Amino acid sequence: MNHKVKEPFVRITKRDSMPVWRGWLTRLIGLVLALIVCAIVIFAMVKLNPLKVYGAMWQGAFGSTKRIWVTTRDTMMLLCIGIGLASAFKMRFWNIGAEGQILVGGIATAACMIYLGGTMPTWLLLVVMFAVSAVAGAVWGVIPAFFKARFGTNETLFTLMMNYVAIQLTSYFVAKWENPFGSNTVGVINQTTKAGWFPAILNQQYLLNVIIVMALTVIVFVYLRSSKQGYEISVVGESERTARYIGINVRRVIIRTMMISGAICGIAGFIAVSGASHTISTSTAGGRGFTAIIVAWLAKFNTFVMILIAALLVFLEKGAMQIASQYNLNDYASQMITGIILFFILGSEFFINYRLVFRGNALREKGGETV
Amino acid sequence: MTQALSLLQAALVFGTVILFGALGEILTEKSGNLNLGVPGIMYLGGIAGLAGAFWYESAAASPNALLGLLIALACSVAAATLGGLIYSFLTITLRANQNVTGLTLTIFGSGVANLFGGDMNKMAGGVGQISVATTSGAFRDTLPFLNGVGVLSGLGFMVYFAIILAIIASYFLNRTRKGLNLRAVGENPATADAGGVSVTRYKYLATCVGAAVSGLGGLYYVMDYIKGTWANDGGIANLGWLAVALVIFARWKPLQAIWGSYLFGALFWLYFYIPGLTRSSQELFKMLPYIVTIIVLIVVSMRKKRENQPPASLGLPYFREER
Repeated sequence: MNHKVKEPFVRITKRDSMPVWRGWLTRLIGLVLALIVCAIVIFAMVKLNPLKVYGAMWQGAFGSTKRIWVTTRDTMMLLCIGIGLASAFKMRFWNIGAEGQILVGGIATAACMIYLGGTMPTWLLLVVMFAVSAVAGAVWGVIPAFFKARFGTNETLFTLMMNYVAIQLTSYFVAKWENPFGSNTVGVINQTTKAGWFPAILNQQYLLNVIIVMALTVIVFVYLRSSKQGYEISVVGESERTARYIGINVRRVIIRTMMISGAICGIAGFIAVSGASHTISTSTAGGRGFTAIIVAWLAKFNTFVMILIAALLVFLEKGAMQIASQYNLNDYASQMITGIILFFILGSEFFINYRLVFRGNALREKGGETV
Repeated sequence: MTQALSLLQAALVFGTVILFGALGEILTEKSGNLNLGVPGIMYLGGIAGLAGAFWYESAAASPNALLGLLIALACSVAAATLGGLIYSFLTITLRANQNVTGLTLTIFGSGVANLFGGDMNKMAGGVGQISVATTSGAFRDTLPFLNGVGVLSGLGFMVYFAIILAIIASYFLNRTRKGLNLRAVGENPATADAGGVSVTRYKYLATCVGAAVSGLGGLYYVMDYIKGTWANDGGIANLGWLAVALVIFARWKPLQAIWGSYLFGALFWLYFYIPGLTRSSQELFKMLPYIVTIIVLIVVSMRKKRENQPPASLGLPYFREER
């Protein structure tokens, strides 16, 4: 019995807790490191002073009143989807299908605009479109939820496939509604009558988008935190067996939650079509259904934190588009920068939840020094 | 008859792209890692191969096809492996969430690929101008002894390479000790760990090798499917997600993925060969591969046959001290 216990050079232990401010500091350090890495990449590619480039990004996102409003509009869109996903994710239901739920909501909205435009007053049409898009999104969300609840079908893969069914469905309707003929786009719907467009409030075209999404932010925050149903969601998310033991009808909770999640994503489609682009295409969702997953996850399902993260991501996107046009790169620079920054933020979560203990001294290691 | 043959050929070419993607993902998922970064990895593999060949063809006075081919392969494998390594480091060492990391990798990969692809197009003189004719030609050459053998003439060597890889992967997973260990890691990492299998090493290796294989799908797409050019049209992303679908369709079995990939290819191109379709109804036909996958997913979960299930710990992180 004389084997030696070899102590590893470094081992990882879970932290009990970390003060909130230190958690955010860690994330901030991750973000700064990410910006440094991006600066190096940008410099290697365009040989320009990265600080100037970041300045140009700021201009791109906030350089004029119009740009500020566009940035706000897109932030609201991303936030809305994130809010929709939050309830599903809290239940540990991986709804990767936001993309599809947005698109069916968008199709429903566009259909209302095309077929009902001019037959009823604007406010009524908006209410109808709101309801129809929510129902469409809910249906798209409930299909995988039903099979998950009934047979345990893998929801990550199911919702992912539903996206592509929705994309093809969108292509179908785009070809059906195309205008002018042969263009393979729907074009701006009701260009002259503006039937079904969000009306300008206080002369601000996108204020209604902000109002709707902010209302949803508050409602979902309260719903998840303080309602009985919100509590059921977190119990099912933590442990399905516990939920069953204390008498929660797990199947019903799964289906109900996905109905809500899908409905909010459908509403995001309504906002995208009626409140922003006034048209429908396969890029109406434009990958935002996927980006929002990251928003919801990083915010730990807190809808107010999501505002911050959504704003950061949209800022990056707008900024990178500006760099792209100013320095003759293409728009995809924004995707690359977003990717790098997200990698770092994801990595920094580790230093919030775990700490490293080096051999010899079991001293507490400060979190977030390296990523 | 000629129609059926040309459909078959289209299916074989299309299927090969997603077969590579799916084979890599099967290896990865067998280790319990659900890598949703497949499209991103295929993007990385495709653009790196193209960049390597482009650089070589514009540097060399008279480019040698074989050398170009080897350079493209090496660049592609290196870039795709790097993508897998980023994913592995974040999910295995830093225990980040797998779904979120994978999706980020997809965003990153498509950003990098389209950024450089667009740039190379510009360097070559305009949209769609980049061309690596020599290297791409080498990828598309029919094997010498198959010239004029009906449907097989006109298929590059990568088609056969994919099939061989699938057979090797199947043998490895089902007939070797290491394959057994890998499956154990994916099914129940705690048990594998207790049995003396290094969970971390298996996960890292499976994910990186899987990424390299998936990346070949991107390379094949660039070199053969679109004939050595580049287009920022999201084509690789669509095929990447189909590869993820194929993994489910094949129920995590490499040999099933072979015919599954060709079936997907045939389903995808079917609309082209059915007379009387309008442009809108064609789009509905392109849904078929996804709908078939959904049906398979549902049926598999309903029948609950053990050998058809996903690896039990798929998507879950493993932390030894957390039980």
